[in-house]
Amino acid sequence: MRRKNGPLFWVTLGILTVVFVGPLLLILLTSFKSQSESRTVPPTYFPAEPTLRAYDVLFFQDAASPVLLWFANSLGAASMHALLVVTVCSLAGYALARMEFRFKRAIFTGIILTLFVPSFIFLMPNFLILDKVGWLDTIWALVVPGAAGAFGVFFMRQFFLGLPKELEESARLDGAGPFRTWWSIVLPNARPALVTLAVLSFLANWNDFIWPIYVLFSPERLTLPAGLSRLQGAYTIDYPVVMAGAMLAAIPVLALYVFVQRYVIEGVASSGVKG
Amino acid sequence: MSTTSGQPAPVTGRAAAAADGAVELVEEVDEPRGPGRTSGIHGSRLTPYLFLAPFLTLFTVFVLVPGLLGIWISLHNWDFLLPNKPFVGAQNYLDLFDSSSVQFESFWNSMRATGFFVLISVPFLVVLPLLLAMLLHRHFPGRTFFRAIFFAPFVLGVAVIGLMWSYLLDPSFGLVNGMLGAIGLPDDTAWTTSQPYAWISLAAVTIWWTMGFNAVIYLAGLGDIPADHYEAAELDGASSWQQLRYITIPGLRPVLVFIVITTVLASANMFGQSYLITQGGPGETTRTAIMVITDLGLTQYRMGEASAMSYVLAVFLSLVALVNFWALREKK
Repeated sequence: MRRKNGPLFWVTLGILTVVFVGPLLLILLTSFKSQSESRTVPPTYFPAEPTLRAYDVLFFQDAASPVLLWFANSLGAASMHALLVVTVCSLAGYALARMEFRFKRAIFTGIILTLFVPSFIFLMPNFLILDKVGWLDTIWALVVPGAAGAFGVFFMRQFFLGLPKELEESARLDGAGPFRTWWSIVLPNARPALVTLAVLSFLANWNDFIWPIYVLFSPERLTLPAGLSRLQGAYTIDYPVVMAGAMLAAIPVLALYVFVQRYVIEGVASSGVKG
Repeated sequence: MSTTSGQPAPVTGRAAAAADGAVELVEEVDEPRGPGRTSGIHGSRLTPYLFLAPFLTLFTVFVLVPGLLGIWISLHNWDFLLPNKPFVGAQNYLDLFDSSSVQFESFWNSMRATGFFVLISVPFLVVLPLLLAMLLHRHFPGRTFFRAIFFAPFVLGVAVIGLMWSYLLDPSFGLVNGMLGAIGLPDDTAWTTSQPYAWISLAAVTIWWTMGFNAVIYLAGLGDIPADHYEAAELDGASSWQQLRYITIPGLRPVLVFIVITTVLASANMFGQSYLITQGGPGETTRTAIMVITDLGLTQYRMGEASAMSYVLAVFLSLVALVNFWALREKK
C-alpha cells in the first residue's frame, strides 16, 4: 500500500486536474472576452482585451432577462427548501430512530420504498397538484414538493441511530419533554448531519433544471438555470454573455463547496456505501 | 414548552420499567383515553405522530397522491387544456405498443436513444471512476484537495454544464476544435450537430460531469477493505493485477452493485445534456425518453399519453435494475 508515488503518478494527477478544472477556467476567461473575440478562428484562450461588457449586458442591459432577480429567486428557493428539508426530516427521522409507536415499521418501509420510484413519475401529477393549490409559477413550486423525498428522512434516522442514548436519557431525567430533548440535546449533537443534509438539499435545489423550466412561466419568476436556458436561445451568438451567466450560477455553489466540501463528499459517500 | 411540561414522570417511569419496546406497546394500547390535552400520558402517545406529521403531510401530498394520480391520469385522455378528460382504460398503454399510433414512433425512438446512451456512458462511468478512486486511495500529500477537485464538476447543475459545453463544442469557434487544430488534428468536427459525434459529446460531457461522484463512492468502499489483506497478498508475492482481481474487486462488490444500478438509472434519466447541447438532434437522434415525456406532457399538456409513457419507462427501468442486481449478486 505504501508504494512510492513516482513521477508518472504526479503527471497523471496533473493531467486529470487540467481536464477537470480547465473547462471551467476557459469559460471564466471567455466571459471576459468581447463578442467578436469569442468568435475568432482559431479561438483564443486568454482574452486579448479583457472586458466586463458581458456582465454589464447580463445584469443591466436586457429588461426581458432580469438575471439579478433570477439569482435572488434561486437563492431564496434553495435556502427555504434546505431549511424545510432539514426541519421536517430531523423531526421525522428522530421519531423513527428513537420512539416506539404503532405502524412505525409500516410507515418507515413505505417511505423507503419510494426511494426506488423514479422521480419522473411525479412530474405530471405534481404539476396538477400545484395547479390545484395555486402554486404554479410561484416560488412554493420550487420549495415544497421536493422536500417530501425519502432520502432526508432515511439519512437523519441513520444518523440518530448512531448517537449515544445517554445524553437524551439524562435530559429526560432532568425533566425535559421529547420536543425539548430533540431541540436542545439531539439537534446540537447532530450538527454534521444537519449541515450535510442542508448543503445537499441546497445544491440539488439550486441546480434543478427540469422542474423549474416547466412549473415557472413568468420571466421575473424564473430561477437562474431556467432563465439561462432561455438566454441561450436569445443570445445564440453572444457567447460571453451566456458564459457570464453560467459563471453566475456556478460561482456560488463552487464557493459553498470550497467551504463544506468535506460534508458534501462524505455525505455522498455514506449515502452510497450504506444506502 | 407548555405542552410537554406534564410529561417527565410517566416517560421516565416507562423508560425505566420497559427496556424493550414490546411492554411499552402493550401499555399504550391499554391506556384509557384521557380528556385532558396536556395530560402527560396522552401527550406522549401522540408525540411520535406530531414529530412525523410535517413530513408525512408533505409525503402524502407530493409523493403518495401523485404516485396514484399518475396512474389515474394515464387511464384517461387527459388533455390539461380541455374541460373533458374521458376515461379510455388501457388505451394510452396499448397505443404505445401499436405501430400505427401517433406516439409509437417518437416514443420508441426515444427509448432506443435512451438505451443507447446508457450503453455508451455506463461502462466508462463504472470503470474510469474506479481507476480514479484507486489513484486517490494512495497516500500522498494533497489527497483531500485532489479529491475535491475531481468532484467539483458534479456540484454544478446541468444548466451550467450544458451551456458551457455547447460553447466549448461549437464547431467553428469552440475551444475543443481549437485545441484539436493546434495539435494538427481535424478542427471542423460538428460535435453537436452530426452523428456519431453528438453521442460522443453527450457521453463525454456526462462522464466529465459525474465521474467524481462515482469515484467518491468507490473511494469510501476502498477505505472499508482492510489494509492487512493487501499486506498479506504482498507477502505471498501477489502482483498488482492479482490484488485488484482477488482483493479489490471482490471487496468492492456491494459498492459496485450500487454504482452500476444508480449509474444506469441516472443515464436513463438523461435530459438536460440533450436539451441544452444537441436540442435532441441531429434529427431526433438524441431525443431521450424523458425529453419526449416532458415535451408531450408538460409542453403540449397531453398528460394521459405522457403518463402512460412514464409508467412504461419506469417498468423498463425496474426490470433493468432487477437484472443488474441479479447478474451482480454474490455467487455462492
